[in-house]
Amino acid sequence: MSDTTFGGRIRWGATDALTLMGRNLLVWLKVPAFIMFTVIQPVMFTLLFRYVFGGAIHTGSYSYVDYLLPGIIGQTAAFTSFGTAISLAQEAKKGVIDRLRSMPIARSAVLLGRLGADLVRLLITVVIIVGVGYAVGFRFHGGVGGAIGMIALSILLGLATCCVSAYIGLKIQDEESVQAFGLIWVFPLTFVSSAFVPVQSMPGWLQAFANNQPISQMVDAMRALALGGPVDNHVWAGVLWMIGVMALFIPLAVRAYRKAS
Amino acid sequence: MGHARLSAGRGAGLRPAGRIVRASHARSRPELRSGRRGPWARPVGHLCSSLVGPTVAQGTRNPVAHGRRVALVSGVVSIASDADDAILVEGLYKSFGSVHALAGVDLAVPRGTVLGVLGPNGAGKTTAVKILTTLTLPDAGRVIVDGRDVVADAAAVRHSIGLAGQSAAIVEELSGRENLEFVGRLYHLGRTASKARAAELLERFGLTDAAERRAKTYSGGMMRRLDLAASLVARPRVLFLDEPTTGLDPRARNDMWEVIRDLVAGGTTLLLTTQYLDEADELADKIVVFDHGKVIAQGTADDLKDTIGGDVVEFTVADRSQHDVAMAAVRGLGDGELTTDSDGYVGVRAGRRGSAVLLEVVRQLDSSGVTANGLGVRRPSLDDVFLALTGHKAEADGEATVAEAS
Repeated sequence: MSDTTFGGRIRWGATDALTLMGRNLLVWLKVPAFIMFTVIQPVMFTLLFRYVFGGAIHTGSYSYVDYLLPGIIGQTAAFTSFGTAISLAQEAKKGVIDRLRSMPIARSAVLLGRLGADLVRLLITVVIIVGVGYAVGFRFHGGVGGAIGMIALSILLGLATCCVSAYIGLKIQDEESVQAFGLIWVFPLTFVSSAFVPVQSMPGWLQAFANNQPISQMVDAMRALALGGPVDNHVWAGVLWMIGVMALFIPLAVRAYRKAS
Repeated sequence: MGHARLSAGRGAGLRPAGRIVRASHARSRPELRSGRRGPWARPVGHLCSSLVGPTVAQGTRNPVAHGRRVALVSGVVSIASDADDAILVEGLYKSFGSVHALAGVDLAVPRGTVLGVLGPNGAGKTTAVKILTTLTLPDAGRVIVDGRDVVADAAAVRHSIGLAGQSAAIVEELSGRENLEFVGRLYHLGRTASKARAAELLERFGLTDAAERRAKTYSGGMMRRLDLAASLVARPRVLFLDEPTTGLDPRARNDMWEVIRDLVAGGTTLLLTTQYLDEADELADKIVVFDHGKVIAQGTADDLKDTIGGDVVEFTVADRSQHDVAMAAVRGLGDGELTTDSDGYVGVRAGRRGSAVLLEVVRQLDSSGVTANGLGVRRPSLDDVFLALTGHKAEADGEATVAEAS
């Protein structure tokens, strides 16, 4: 390590993270099953809700497809984290992480490379979903700024859930358990939310949860940006939630990474 | 198991740095048995060219061109200082809860030599490797690798070591070439140099034909070779191989041994853990035996075999009535008493002279007209060594295995 200055170390670490990110993305591109799971699944959900369930769901002044798409994107962001948890669990168990830690690479690079790759993957998926959405009647009503804002928030949501999943994956280190555990916390949060149906249609006791949980906040904010409606406090509430989640889980994930072997 | 020893085939030129035991160690550590009867007691003409590996300061990896010369004068090796130890371990302790994985381990591996760490599952081998490669912190003790402390100076240690072993840290979805190229880039070799180094290693390990295939399609032996290649990308000065052949079939094991021997001939210091005595015998200059986190014996493979009486030439008399004739024919050929039983078994203790005694036994039995079944030399196994050293077999108890596997 010739350059031990702060800037030099940052550059060194960033190069390592980018190299690992490139490697992770290459693996994703090479395995059709991964692409199926990450891309086809949200497209399927879009079509399913648009044409099968959508007719029975009343969303007031919005058309259902306009209401739905930010929800699908929010769900996709949360589901992206399955991949994070499973990959890290596999790598920890197989000894890949050990090998990387015995090399002179930046300590942060494994986690950053993983999160970076998963977020690039999410961004590609979101663009595809928007494309499919446009084909089935979705339109942005909040201008280019709103569209970009919505996508940015979806990436933030993905980042926060991936941080939680990184911790779970490194802590549990068993693929099947990680998968099961992921379903337990991600499913209720995405379905008991404003992602697919208006919260008002749920029973009162459930509304309290659905209205205040972070994914609803984020989806409401994304929807407001996409559709040009009143943004209210959703954006701030959502962003604060995400910052809070990351403030808790990034240190936990880093600690689990240090101990993973 | 049919792992014939390849002593004859182990060409002289293959291991220039091999079989060096430093006299200072032998003297200061009475438990070092190699001082008593060094390996030069055997026909070892190639030792004349013995050289220790280079020092760090010299910054070279060619032991012949720049290495410090060690004079061999009638079986005594003149000594280099402790700074010439590539690995130095003193008083190493590590516990996981109530399991004492390492309970006071001392090791010294001179540059350019191979140390075989032999022991069953759960003996503490993997824990030791993890500490030496900066992956786990020790509870107590001092560990110096390539002149640097693995705790205080871990980042620097990572620049000079390579680690490969049982857990193939290969991304199975990527091709062999891609795997190696990514490793090169993680060592900041640059794209072009990474590609060149990957191609060179693929060629050297016989993987060029399979280079573009996904690693997932590789055989176990190919996977281990790729794994080993990955650990060599940055030309480490000290290499750690954690059970490199566990789970491989005999042929793949032999291939792996060839590769490792070539590597060592290049002057790399190697610490190798294994469960197989024949593997340590084939590859290591010196062997330490681990059991329950302690070093219970050390020396050369021959030293270890001596502790349990060495080779045994054995046969079973076909016609029981000839038993006494057979006993008389072979009495005096080996060392000490014959072993025998009522089924006609006869065992002749042969020390290190297994083959010679075997020939003699064949001649004597032939001239006495005795027909023998199952005639052959039995070489001591790790189980024999363990039984002799510890009184228990080289099989892990469940608890220790769990601790080691984690």
